[in-house]
Amino acid sequence: MEPQSCVNIHKEWDIVGARQLGREMAKRLGFGTVDQARIATAVSELARNIYLYAEKGQICFEFIDNIEHRGLCMTAVDTGPGISDISQAMQDGYTTSGGLGAGLPGVRRLMDEFDIHSEIGNGTRIKAIKWVR
Amino acid sequence: MDSKFKQLVIDNSDSIVQKWMGEIGSLKAGNYTATISDELYENTNREFVNVIFTSIRNQGSTKAVEDFSEKIINLGWPLSYITDGLQVFRRVSTEYLLTQSEEVDSAYFSNVLASVDEWVEPLIRELVNEYSGSWEHILSLQRVALQELSAPLIPVMDGITIMPLIGTIDTERAKLIMENLLEGAIKHNSEVVLIDITGVPVVDTMVAHHIIQAAEAVRLIGSTCILVGIRPEIAQTIVNLGIDLSNFPTKSSLKKGFTKALEITGRHVVDIEVKQNNIEQIIKSIQGE
Repeated sequence: MEPQSCVNIHKEWDIVGARQLGREMAKRLGFGTVDQARIATAVSELARNIYLYAEKGQICFEFIDNIEHRGLCMTAVDTGPGISDISQAMQDGYTTSGGLGAGLPGVRRLMDEFDIHSEIGNGTRIKAIKWVR
Repeated sequence: MDSKFKQLVIDNSDSIVQKWMGEIGSLKAGNYTATISDELYENTNREFVNVIFTSIRNQGSTKAVEDFSEKIINLGWPLSYITDGLQVFRRVSTEYLLTQSEEVDSAYFSNVLASVDEWVEPLIRELVNEYSGSWEHILSLQRVALQELSAPLIPVMDGITIMPLIGTIDTERAKLIMENLLEGAIKHNSEVVLIDITGVPVVDTMVAHHIIQAAEAVRLIGSTCILVGIRPEIAQTIVNLGIDLSNFPTKSSLKKGFTKALEITGRHVVDIEVKQNNIEQIIKSIQGE
């Protein structure tokens, strides 16, 4: 088990840093190019959500390596305004920023496991895992 | 008081310099400057200490400091070399001044500290400013260079224009892309505009959104936008994200997109050699008859 590494998101360019770290870790775990692209895209979405809605936050990556499976776990944490209606936010096409509204539901489809917790005023915590096949 | 210390330090510069050189020399291994040759290191150290002393003598001689900082920046030495050097100088000269007096009370001690600080502080300020100034200069140059590269538009043929995109697309760049695309499409009177995203590492919802908007805007001014260079993994992530790109044509490679563009503008590529061969064959067959 490797120590986890984190990227702070404050500026728009931090998204690129997070994405590069995510891709690098995916490569080291032995993901194929398609899954690498999936992971990089998911990181990009989560990081952009932090930048757009919470202004600052953190994305952490962790290797999961046990007898049953190997995978990459990413956790996006922010202390932003939170999401009032999670089921609405998980719907395709729902957006509050004039975007496509495909970010969160897209991440759920890009990754294998997806978990979201959000409290109004306290921030949001999203955990997503991709298993190596 | 200050002038007395100054005189003392200047008169005994030799022993202070010696001590300073010794300490700086021992810093070399631990510092980032380990790859520099000993000779260059020692010469630069000598120059550095000379600059410090000229600065003390002339109450901050800016010309010598400027020249020296420029030299260090050009050599690419780390800023810590300068700050370490001045810190060591502060310590060495304070120590020296304190040993020169038999009785050291707190007033004397603070006097020594104050005057040494007065010599060293402006030097630190100036050298650090020079350093950060040069970084800022490089950064601004790179920003300009990046902007020049960010959204190029190439008219390849009457009515066909290509915009190759390489690297990450952020909001600022997306704006530039849109502006250049529309401006260029009108200026070159383009019927078809090809956006090539072969070099874009990740297409997330924001990038897709900007591309869709740009394509829609191109459609509004009466041109057709073809998105080319969609790699297989990008195609899969776009499908996973659920992004709808069905409103405008897409192609896997620039080559296919260009062929399509030729088709739209009512042209096709003809191989001259083959045609000539055909003519030759016809001539031959005529001659043969």
